[in-house]
Amino acid sequence: MSTTAFDTRARYWRAFALPGVVWLVLFVVIPAYAVLAIAFGRVDFLFQPIPAWNPADWNPGWVSKAFSGSLPGGEYWPAVRNTLVYVTVALGLCFAIGYPVAYYVARHAKRSKTLLIVLLVIPFWVSYLLRMLAWIGLLSPDGYVNQILNAVGLGGPDWLNGNPYSVILALVYGYIPYFILPVFAGLDRIDASQIEAARDLGATPWQAFLKVTLPLSKASILAGSALVVLPMFGDYYTNDLISASPKTNMLGNEINIFVQGGSEKNLGASLVLVLMAILAVGMAYYLYATARDQKRQLA
Amino acid sequence: MSTSVATPEAAPRDAAPEPARPRRSLVPKFLRNPWGQPRFLVAITWTYVAWALVPVVIAILFSFNAGKSRSVWQGFSTRWWWGDPSQSIFHDPQYTQALAHSLFLAGLDMVIATPLGVLLAVGLSRWRGRGSGVSNSLMLVPLVTPEIVMAVSLLVVFTQLALFPFNAIHLGTTAQVIGQVTFSLSYVVVIVRSRLVSIGPEYEEAARDLGATSWAAFRLVLLPLLAPAILASMLIVFALSIDDFVVTQYMSSDASTTTIPMYLYSNARGGTSTPALNALATILVSTTLLAIAVGYLVYSVIGHRTSASRGGVSALRELSGMEA
Repeated sequence: MSTTAFDTRARYWRAFALPGVVWLVLFVVIPAYAVLAIAFGRVDFLFQPIPAWNPADWNPGWVSKAFSGSLPGGEYWPAVRNTLVYVTVALGLCFAIGYPVAYYVARHAKRSKTLLIVLLVIPFWVSYLLRMLAWIGLLSPDGYVNQILNAVGLGGPDWLNGNPYSVILALVYGYIPYFILPVFAGLDRIDASQIEAARDLGATPWQAFLKVTLPLSKASILAGSALVVLPMFGDYYTNDLISASPKTNMLGNEINIFVQGGSEKNLGASLVLVLMAILAVGMAYYLYATARDQKRQLA
Repeated sequence: MSTSVATPEAAPRDAAPEPARPRRSLVPKFLRNPWGQPRFLVAITWTYVAWALVPVVIAILFSFNAGKSRSVWQGFSTRWWWGDPSQSIFHDPQYTQALAHSLFLAGLDMVIATPLGVLLAVGLSRWRGRGSGVSNSLMLVPLVTPEIVMAVSLLVVFTQLALFPFNAIHLGTTAQVIGQVTFSLSYVVVIVRSRLVSIGPEYEEAARDLGATSWAAFRLVLLPLLAPAILASMLIVFALSIDDFVVTQYMSSDASTTTIPMYLYSNARGGTSTPALNALATILVSTTLLAIAVGYLVYSVIGHRTSASRGGVSALRELSGMEA
């Protein structure tokens, strides 16, 4: 390895990393532990949280309330169910729209490729809040969407008050750039000669797509899915802006209400643990699927 | 049927593929193979692009609406930009305050996160030994954690932990900067590290062989080679900071720490807000896109000159933070 010259000076390079590592310990690791301390903590007579820093003092009350409330039939189950349904549907739509777009730009766009890449990158950097603001204008009762629907004789529904379809639309609109870009990058990296080889060996275009292109882009599909699913699970602002109704609350809304608004910070912290537990299941699958694919590619 | 059908047993398994189906098929050609002649793909791609961009353009155009509505067009005017002496964004102190605070935070975030991230990237890519693996994973945590989790944990630690330095940090500008630096750091590391990989260790080794100390090799050889990545990450950090909503909101204290995204969040609904809100959002998006465009130019132009860069497309991808 050409890095041996550096290895002998481990302490020297460690000094470079030290300020950043200290920063991450102070502002990522310790705060994460503080969430545990609050979730397993108690409250004083004013219902202000008393963190339990020593695990020996941990009180499982809030955490068990949050976890049991998140099961079907529980108090927070509607929010958990909404989160799971909205995220699944939104991810499916991201794939259904995003994959063909990424595929076309990566494999077929010739002269317009650079232009299209720029057009795909722009929404990525247009503030999420502005993009929600844009839809609030379009979907408002006198907005353009209802004007068009009225013009063709369909009465426009109430889009902006507890309408789950609007929330899903907004989630897809908000997060799809995070899906398209990595999938595009993955498809763009595929060597065209591999697809030509499949065609030369008699595969129909569909077979070549299903047996060569799709499997080769699986890693980037997983990466893009992770990039849209992770922020969607913690999202509360989309729902606040597009629906503003507890009917369509997601898990992020419950956390936000308990932590920022209400007095039960312990419960908010416990719901953060619920969120992380759900994500841990997803991450475990992601790591398992990636490892399995790598093993298969080596075999 | 003009030819007799061969029995399956007789047909050799590796027979040459059948020629294209006869022309008399009723299925149109593009339906039989929509991916070959990609009309379907062309349609969906340009529809997507229009869907992604037209609402944004409409929202920007509404900042020039003559009336108070943000959804019904009432003619062109610049009253919400500068015409109205009290309610336009350059006259109402609410807007100017939010704009100034957004820029202030973005500047601080850029100045703190960039050097910290560059050193961390160089250190992590060279340092082997106990703690380096854990530090590498730790660096990735902010990238894979939903923002609300980071925001809640920082809020909790700043308001509940009576221990230095946390008890010295109060919600407001200081906490906002700390929160923004914490998530920006990982982006700097990812960008700078991908550049480090493409530079390789040879230049530095050559400098060392010629008698340079490690520090001199870093300062005189590596740092100039990293310059385009450093400038690009500065501009990306600026854009990330100015667009950030969740952490900045959780770390805010009072009206003086309101940023543009926070102002948009609290006023996007309800009839009281005017197209000045759209004008404010337009300033936000123009600033971000300008920073990203400059970052892209810096990365592709200087990057191309100093070493074998892989060209514009890859620079775009790295700017979008996708390429590790």
